[in-house]
Order: sequence, then structure tokens, then C-alpha cells
Amino acid sequence: MKAAVIVFPASNCDRDVATALTQITGRSPAMVWHANASVPGDADLIVLPGGFSYGDYLRAGAMAAHSPIMQDVIARAQKGTPILGICNGFQILCEAGLLPGALIKNASLSFVCRPVNLTVEAANTMFTNRYAVGQTISIPVAHGMGNYVADEATLDALEDEGLVALRYTLGDNPNGAARNIAGIMNRERTILGLMPHPERACDNALGSEDGKALFMSLLGALS
Amino acid sequence: MKHEDTMRPGTLEAAKQFGLNEAEWANILRLLNRTPNMTELGIFSVMWSEHCSYKSSRVHLRTLPTSAPWVIQGPGENAGVIDIGDGDAIVFKMESHNHPSFIEPFQGAATGVGGIMRDVFTMGARPIAMLNALRFGEPEHPKTRHLLAGVVSGIGSYGNCMGVPTVGGEVNFHKAYNGNILVNAMCVGLARADNIWLSAAKGAGNPVVYVGSKTGRDGIHGATMASAEFSEDAEEKRPTVQVGDPFTEKLLLEACLELMATDAIIGIQDMGAAGLTSASCEMAAKGGAGIELWMDKVPQREAGMTAYEMMLSESQERMLMVLKPGREAEAERIFRKWELDFAVIGITTDTKRIVLRHHGEDVCDLPVNVLADEAPVYERPWVEPPRPAPLSDVPAPPSILGVLKQLVASPDLASRRWIWEQYDYSVMADTIQKPGGDAAVVRVHGTGKAVALTTDVTPRYCQADPYLGGMQAIAEAYRNLSAVGAKPLAVTDNLNFGNPQKPEIMGQFALAVRGLGEACRALDFPIVSGNVSLYNETLLPNGQYQNILPTPAIGGVGLLRDWRHMATIAFKAEGEAVILIGETKGHLGQSLYLREILQREDGTPPLVDLGSEKRNGIFVRTLIEAGQVTTAHDCADGGLLVAIAEMAMAGGIGAELAAPVNGDPHAYWFGEDQARYVICVPQSTAHDILAQADAAAVPAARIGTTGGEMIILDETNISIRALKDPHEAWLPDLMRR
Repeated sequence: MKAAVIVFPASNCDRDVATALTQITGRSPAMVWHANASVPGDADLIVLPGGFSYGDYLRAGAMAAHSPIMQDVIARAQKGTPILGICNGFQILCEAGLLPGALIKNASLSFVCRPVNLTVEAANTMFTNRYAVGQTISIPVAHGMGNYVADEATLDALEDEGLVALRYTLGDNPNGAARNIAGIMNRERTILGLMPHPERACDNALGSEDGKALFMSLLGALS
Repeated sequence: MKHEDTMRPGTLEAAKQFGLNEAEWANILRLLNRTPNMTELGIFSVMWSEHCSYKSSRVHLRTLPTSAPWVIQGPGENAGVIDIGDGDAIVFKMESHNHPSFIEPFQGAATGVGGIMRDVFTMGARPIAMLNALRFGEPEHPKTRHLLAGVVSGIGSYGNCMGVPTVGGEVNFHKAYNGNILVNAMCVGLARADNIWLSAAKGAGNPVVYVGSKTGRDGIHGATMASAEFSEDAEEKRPTVQVGDPFTEKLLLEACLELMATDAIIGIQDMGAAGLTSASCEMAAKGGAGIELWMDKVPQREAGMTAYEMMLSESQERMLMVLKPGREAEAERIFRKWELDFAVIGITTDTKRIVLRHHGEDVCDLPVNVLADEAPVYERPWVEPPRPAPLSDVPAPPSILGVLKQLVASPDLASRRWIWEQYDYSVMADTIQKPGGDAAVVRVHGTGKAVALTTDVTPRYCQADPYLGGMQAIAEAYRNLSAVGAKPLAVTDNLNFGNPQKPEIMGQFALAVRGLGEACRALDFPIVSGNVSLYNETLLPNGQYQNILPTPAIGGVGLLRDWRHMATIAFKAEGEAVILIGETKGHLGQSLYLREILQREDGTPPLVDLGSEKRNGIFVRTLIEAGQVTTAHDCADGGLLVAIAEMAMAGGIGAELAAPVNGDPHAYWFGEDQARYVICVPQSTAHDILAQADAAAVPAARIGTTGGEMIILDETNISIRALKDPHEAWLPDLMRR
């Protein structure tokens, strides 16, 4: 498995996800600057990391969605290269139109950083096959704009097609997201966007190892 | 001021407006042997301000211990640097942004965070943790909630965007801060010990380079504002507060670190208080050089700025560097990649003068040493502040556990979760002890080591006895680091006091510094960086002045050689022996019991026995390092029973107490005697641990056993939930009101 992590101006979880990928897959990812024209041809996973690309100015992810590299990311997405967008990466995927819906300010209007309980809703995907459907996992969130919204028809379609991968466990929704949605996929299930940070949950010293299975799933599926 | 006005000769009246006094004005005339123009006078006024020159505090600060074998850089640079082995160094400093945060809490606090981060990465370190020590007025005061919400949001917005975890700090409420809150931010960075960058501008003919954001008209005379007391018109000073842009700062951080991986830099300094003025003067003074600046080349946000405005602007996210000649293109490439301004704005000279050229004219020509070294130094008169009333009789409460319930939900002891959940404390994936414990613990990335970090001071003790209060602040930082298993290494201090021109206030300062110094020497805990914030006083409508409580905030740094051996405050298992380390005399003077339950602030603060602090601290740390203890808590505000309740709430496990109470039970359980810890050990090792303590001349006593969901004391009990609900609810309830 050869991952490429895209680094936007003010990405700030690029190192964290690179550390997790290196530890779990045994191979360090390529770090790709956003101004580059293309993702390395041999990359079989593209990661859009967390952070505050362009300071979240305008809207979270809005400017990064128009970075030079995104043309190639979109082209690679259309060819089926798997893409993982974490936190700001999820926001960028929505702004780029690769995933439906949008992420708006948390219902509390405040930034929130804490571990949350998630329920795995789909396990038949390359991102989640090491989890079991219905399993509860603990992974931290850290965001000010994680409140997932979409129109009712889109939400219904996501549910009907089994594209909701992760949901905040009932009573533990940190941001007011519609239908407790924490992570969704595209129809082909090659793209996953999620607000929680699995890369911060790969080490018991940090409080949880529940994020490890996500990277292990990808490792299994892609090698 | 128009350009022509900035070229007019300065006057005494203008000097006074800029915060200089008559004697200082006369001194400038004498030293220059001519009258400075208004631009030059502006530069004098900021360089000679309290904020930049430390003119009232310097004679006292000189007495502080600043060296140890592990100190790489003491005070005098942008931040202090200590060696943590294996070629790694920790760079850290704490700094205040008090006045701006009162005027505009969000931006004031945000730019405070940005400023202290620049101080740290200017030296070549990547920031790895932030802490903040905050003091607000009474919870019920009409401004408190607005200020608290704004400050927390400002700190979060800046630190979160930077991707640096905010891992700890402290918050107090007291009416003395109603009109003058304190916002002290501490930044901790990690560098290689052989790659530390200093600020001296050495040599002649080297390019002086400006990088970062453009210069605007914001924050002009901010340093002067920070050097004067507040009156009722504080809000009118809002235009002097700068606006932060953490996005640009993040780019500046990455660009600076990228350039620092080369050897192109001679000296580098951030433009903080007094902006381009202090950066250029300090760099030239440290390097024994002169600097000529071409003001037309300074990147400007708007047209038509005068040299005066550019020199005094405190626009954020800017750096000044002196490069090796010929390395400009290489450096420019890096800064352009990060989409930042880059401009060669001058050259170093051998004249030892600061010369500013603007529109083909020399608008300023001043000797560097007069600005930097001839700044006034005052031995301000001081007197011992009055002693507090002696402690009168302290009545016993009807119920010990009832008091406990009240105390854990009191303003200074209630949970701070509402605050720290707004900070990203887990980014960088190395925070192994998050806010809420004795000290935060952050791993040194990719190694087995970790640093422990804490901020401490008990202002009510300092008010009652500044000398003891100063000692106690150091002792408590030492304890909090020891309680997680870290070896305390060094501190940064942020000395917040009132008006130094009042002998009583100067007395508080002098005595507190004496106390700090004495404790640091006894505990091998040198002060390597710091900041002084004076004039924290407010003119009240009745014509009286309200000074803040003396608040020498201490930021402590310690090292865990092996982070797998770390203690936290949470009770971990049922049936463990609860052991109290240290001596309990039941000292109730200046205690929270007195203040919160009896609404009294009398008596002397607890004595600080530095010998016991050291002995007991080393004993506890050694047990943790040896893996014999994983649960430990410093016993401080609120006393022993509050410490036990915090351990129970953190672990969700109760305890049955059976303690050798001598004297009044309320004094035993709520007294604030120092040098104490509560630890837990398995029953099987309890006897051995007590024997080890005895052998080390450390007082230790078994005071109970963990287990259940209650705290049981004599015939009474209270559930953990009955404590935790009000403990957690106090702050969210206040902010919802």
C-alpha cells in the first residue's frame, strides 16, 4: 500500500496521519504539497488530512477544494483511487463535490475536542472491514465545523444505500450532525469522509486504539 | 500624524503623551545632545517603556537564579532553552496579554497566543504544547462571562488552527480582577540542542530581511498602553489591539523551520511588542552592530504610512532576520512557497546606529546603545505591605462532607472542562496526560521521553504574604511535576502586579521575587525566561485604584525519562491503600475553606518548608519512576479531602477514609499545608512503601482504602455522583446564564 498525504497550507494533522500510516502499514506515505499538479502515479490511497486549510477562512475546506492538486485528486477519484478525508479533509471532499452535503458550525457554536463513541454502520467497505457492524468504538473529535447537513432526500439516499459508515452513538453527538452522521462514503464506496480522528486513536497511551482497524482495513484491502 | 509632523522636533508634552516622564525626556536630550524628532521620540517611548525596558523590575529580576547544568539559554533571548538529553532541547516561555484581552478578549487572547508561539519558533523550536494561566473577576460581575467566553474562544481559535495542542493551565476568579483580567500564555517547543537560533545581528553588510504579514496601522503604541494603568475609558483603547491571523502564523512557522534547516540565518527575532522598533534595536544591540532600514521596502498593508507608523505598528505574524550575504534568493524561495511576504528592507552596518531612510530622507538616526542599554533602571522605593489580620477562631462546619460538596463546586475548584474542551488538546497525537490532572504530559515525538507541564500560583497567598506566596508558587509547580513522575527542570515566570510607583505594590513585587528566587535555588529549579506585566490596576468611579492580587504565575517544565512510568490523579482500582505523604498541621489561614465557606480572607498563608518540598517530591517521583505508584495527586487548594474527591471523581472509584486526625477535623481535612501528596498503592506493598518513607524521613500515613462509589468518612458518606454533578455543572451553568 502506497499512500499519499496531501498537505494544504495550514493542514495540521498531516504528520499525525503519516505517523499512524507508517506505524500500521510499515511504509511512510508520500507527502504531497497542494500546489503540485499531480498525485504520485503509484499512490493507491489519497489522504486529505485534518487541519485548518486556508485558516478555514470563507468556509472550512472551501479554498482548499480549489487548490491545484485537487484537479488530479478529482480525476483519480473518478478512476476509483480510494480517498480518505479526515476532519478538514472531509470538509474539503464535500466542498469539492466528491461527497454530498456540507459541514457547518457545531450546534454549540463552540469548538469541541473530546473522545466520542461511534457506532460502525457499514463494515463491508475497504475502510471498515476490520470492524463489525454495530460495534461501538471510541475516537476523538476536534472541530468547530463538524455539523453534517444535507437535504432530506440526500440523507435518505445515504441511509438507503448504506453509505453512512459511522454514526455518533445515541446521546454522544458532539456537533448536532443530521442523523448523528460522523462519516459517509460515495456511492462506489471508494471515498470516506469522517469528522473523528482515527489517527489519534492508534495508541493506548493516547486513550484508544480503536482507530487502528481503519488503517488495517485499508492495508488489507490495498495490498 | 502626517509625515511632516513626524519630522518636527519632539517636545516634553509629546514625550508625556507617549508615557515618558520629565526626567526621562531630559535624559534623552542629554544623551543625544540634540532634540529628537517625533519619529525618534516614538521609538524612545516604546524602547524605554516598562514593557520593553523592565525599568522597574530589572534590579529585582537580577537576583533570580537562572543557571543549572541543563540550562542552554537563560533569560535575555526570545525564550529559555533547556537540555533534555539525546540532543533534544525544550524552548519555552510565558507571556502576558492582559490589557489587550480586557479591551477585546477574543483578539487580545488570540494574539497573545500567537506572540508567545513566535517567541518559541524564532529560536528554531516546533511548538508542541500551549498552556494558559487566566484570572477573571467575580463570576457574578457583569463583564466576567463576556471576557471568559471571548478569551477562551480566542485562545482556542489561534492554537487550534496552528495545530499545537493546548494541554493545561489554570483559572481563578476574584474581584480584584474585575477591571483587569490576566491572560498569560505559555508555549513549549521542541528543538535540537545544536540548532538553536538567537537574535543577534552580527557583522556589517548583511541583508536585513522582513518576512510574514504586511505592516498595517494596528497596535500602534501597544507597548505603551501595556505600561500604564487602566481608567474607565479602557474600551476606547480598542484600536490599539492587534488582530490575529493564525493561518499566516502557521505558514510563517513552517517557512521559518524550513529555512532553519539550512545555515542561511545569522540572527532572527519576531516582531512582537513595539514591532519593527524593538526587533531591529534589540538585534543590533545584541550583535554590537548598526542597522540601516529602507522604509520604502517594508511590505505595507496600506499606502501612505509614515516611518513612525511602520516602526510602531504591532501588526502580527512578522519576523525580522539577518541573513548571510548571498543567501537571499534561497530564503525567498522558501517564503514564497509558503505564500508569505519577503523583502530585503535594510543592511547591517558598523556604525552602531539605527538609521531609517524613507523617501530618500533620513528620518531617524539614533545610537543603538542609548535605546537599548541606556534605558532607565529604577530602584523604586518599596515598603512591606500590611500583614493580613491574624486568623481568628475558625468554627467547625455542621458536616465535613457537606463542605466538601460545596467546595468542589466553588469557582476556584469547579471543573474547567467547559474551557479545555474548546481547545484541541490531542492534535500532534502525543498528549498522554490531558487537562484536568496535576500536570499535562506530552511525549517527545518518536522517543520514550515526555515533558510534564504546569502553571501555578495562588494569588490569595501572595496578597497575604508576597514572600511566602512567591515561594509557594514555585513549590506547587515543583509538586505538580513530581506528582506525575517528572523531574522538575526549569521554570518561566510571568509576574503580574499593580502600579510599581506605589511603594506597597513595589513591596509586593520585591518580596514575591525574593520568595521565588529562594524556592528556585532550594529546589534546583532555575528561571530561564519570563515576562513582567505591571500597572495592572484600575481607576474606579470613586477615584480609588483597584490593584490586582499579586500574581507571579509560574510555568514549570519537567522531564519523564520513560513515559510509560507516569502517574495520574485517578483512582485506578478498588481495594488500594490511600497514603498521605507530608505533614498535616491543619493550616486554615487564607484557605478556600475560609473564603468559600466562611467568606473570610484572614490569616497567614501556609508556611513553605523547602526542605520538605524537595524530600517529599523526590520520594514520590522515585516511586513513580520505579513503577511502584501510578496514582498520585498534589494536595493543594481546598486541602486533603478535596484532593481525595478529585481522585475519586477522576477514577469513578470511591474510598473509605480512616485517618489519624489530630486536632479539629475541619482543619485536618481542609487545611492547606504544603509539601503533601496523596498516593495509592496495592495493599500488598503499602507496608513497604510506608517503611521506605520512614527511611527517607518523609512523613507518610495510611488514610484509607479505595473502593465503592462513595466517599465514606466516619459515619457519613457521599456518592461520587453527588460530588461530580455540581463539580461539572458550575462553569457550564455560569456560562449559560
